[in-house]
Amino acid sequence: MASVDLIDVVKFYGELEVLHGIDLHVNDGEFVVLVGPSGCGKSTLLRMIAGLETISYGDVRIGDTIVNDLPPKARDIAMVFQNYALYPHMKVRDNMAFSLKLARRSRDEIDAMIDHAAGILDLAHLLDRYPRELSGGQRQRVAMGRAIVRDPAVFLFDEPLSNLDAKLRVQMRAEIKALHQRLKATTIYVTHDQIEAMTMADRIVVMRDGYVEQVGTPLDLYDKPANVFVASFIGSPSMNMIDGVVAGQGIRSAGGTMWPLPPQAQVAEGQQVVIGLRPEHLLLSDDGFAGTITLVEPTGSETHVGLDIGGEAITAALRERIILAPGAELRLAPRIDCMHVFDKANGKRLSP
Amino acid sequence: MTPKHRTPRKPPRQIGALVVDGISQLGLCLVALLFLFPFFWMVSNAVRGNNEVLAVPPRLLPREYQWGNFLEAWLHLPFGRFFLNSFIVAGSVTAITVVVSALAAYAFARLKFPGREGILVAYLGTLMIPQVMLVIPLFLIISKLGLVNTYQGMILPMAFSSFGAFLLRQFFLSIPRELEEAALIDGASRLRILISVIIPLSMPAIGLLSLFTFIGQWNNFLWPLIVVNGMEYATLPLGLTMFQTQQGTSWNFIMAGATLSMIPGVILAILLQRIIYKGITVGAGFGGR
Repeated sequence: MASVDLIDVVKFYGELEVLHGIDLHVNDGEFVVLVGPSGCGKSTLLRMIAGLETISYGDVRIGDTIVNDLPPKARDIAMVFQNYALYPHMKVRDNMAFSLKLARRSRDEIDAMIDHAAGILDLAHLLDRYPRELSGGQRQRVAMGRAIVRDPAVFLFDEPLSNLDAKLRVQMRAEIKALHQRLKATTIYVTHDQIEAMTMADRIVVMRDGYVEQVGTPLDLYDKPANVFVASFIGSPSMNMIDGVVAGQGIRSAGGTMWPLPPQAQVAEGQQVVIGLRPEHLLLSDDGFAGTITLVEPTGSETHVGLDIGGEAITAALRERIILAPGAELRLAPRIDCMHVFDKANGKRLSP
Repeated sequence: MTPKHRTPRKPPRQIGALVVDGISQLGLCLVALLFLFPFFWMVSNAVRGNNEVLAVPPRLLPREYQWGNFLEAWLHLPFGRFFLNSFIVAGSVTAITVVVSALAAYAFARLKFPGREGILVAYLGTLMIPQVMLVIPLFLIISKLGLVNTYQGMILPMAFSSFGAFLLRQFFLSIPRELEEAALIDGASRLRILISVIIPLSMPAIGLLSLFTFIGQWNNFLWPLIVVNGMEYATLPLGLTMFQTQQGTSWNFIMAGATLSMIPGVILAILLQRIIYKGITVGAGFGGR
């Protein structure tokens, strides 16, 4: 077990700077998820921690050791890859034993460690199969087993679930989380799927274009996104964003609708702002804003309704069952305590 | 309730497609016969008397089968010696070529070093030079090294193949990089990765390279002819020419010897074909595919 520290970590590809000074502290035993759109540098950062990419500037520390120049095998880490990277010509048992054999462990020790890991992951009946004889979920479990047997200080996951179908992904998500709770190992997990990040993480690191946008617990990020990017990235369906100008006690959007101004928002009269409003924070109300329905998407548990409110395209997620056709009118009121206000100029949060 | 009985619908039979199919099969058979005929002719001539070989008009099958020709050819010259020499030379060249090519191919495929592309192009450039042009400079080098009429002199100049390095490089490039990264994290060195991960996965390409190299050397005539004199180090192709004497040529013995000398190559091809064809299925274990 160990903590992981990134201190002003920079990555250059030739002349191109792709990571711009990342600072991050991962506590011992913590489950941290790096999330962001593709190309944001999250996988590169993970590979730098693993030792598969060089560190152009700054320090990576695992436990008390600065590992900048150590090869992967000296860093006491294990990694699970997106395509599992199981050795196709080795049986499951040999896949798991490979690192132990290289470490010159005794035969008995290796068998005991494999049996232990196989027990945790329910792999015992698969040990004599080849990877090609396994389903996607089983291969994923073997890849985790290969990581577990080594009992590393840090687990690294690089989009491990993106090759699985939706149902299996939910199941494996729960399994990985349960595994973490059992092993209490420091884990850094990369994904582009914000639901995965929200459901699994102790803390989430949202990245974009080589910068960290925000670090926090899932609910922190959900309730108090630091900027427009995090606000629109976290949450599904994503947050409504409405451009407007502060006018007296409200915010006037382009179509002339006067939206309420959340209390304690640090704004000046006439300032250009962006209102952030989550779909589930719009409630049916007779004295709300009138909108014309453009789209109705029932999901069963709730109904997603697309509306046109004063020229703005708004999505609302309602618990009520809406049986209305496009073109009908609906009145909705925002929950003023759940509204977000951002600075139009730099995207930063203005509401507390 | 009894299950409803359903007869599966048969796809309509298309006469046109059948005819096209038949014609292409016939064409393939003709081409196959064309390729097989020299082998048939060799065996057919191996089991007839020498005067019947040159008889005009030629007969497809011998008038009289002389199976004893094989034994006689074998006893006439030290064929055991020739076989042994051929095995030593072809086997050593194959083994060294595979090892050297695999090491070079891995460097070209995965290691970063200055001038990598340039060296690769230079490697491939050697494919353009006909072997005949290299024979004299090679002979001068070998004779200066004092290796004329030795196994080393027969083996070393042949034990390099830029084709092999290129073939294996292309195959190595198709192996997902993540496998190597996983092995690096598991604690493997570069050499260990090559031996334990890359080579086992490249057996189809290595099998192919081994087969080509072995048969190429087994049949090699020019280089042994130049670097060897006498019977002691003669390989099979050289040995067969010894049936050609000033008194005349024993064509039937040459054909009998050629038939015998073909056998190891055929056996090797049969043994290796399963490994080589595995190339088609090797992708099945990678990732989610």
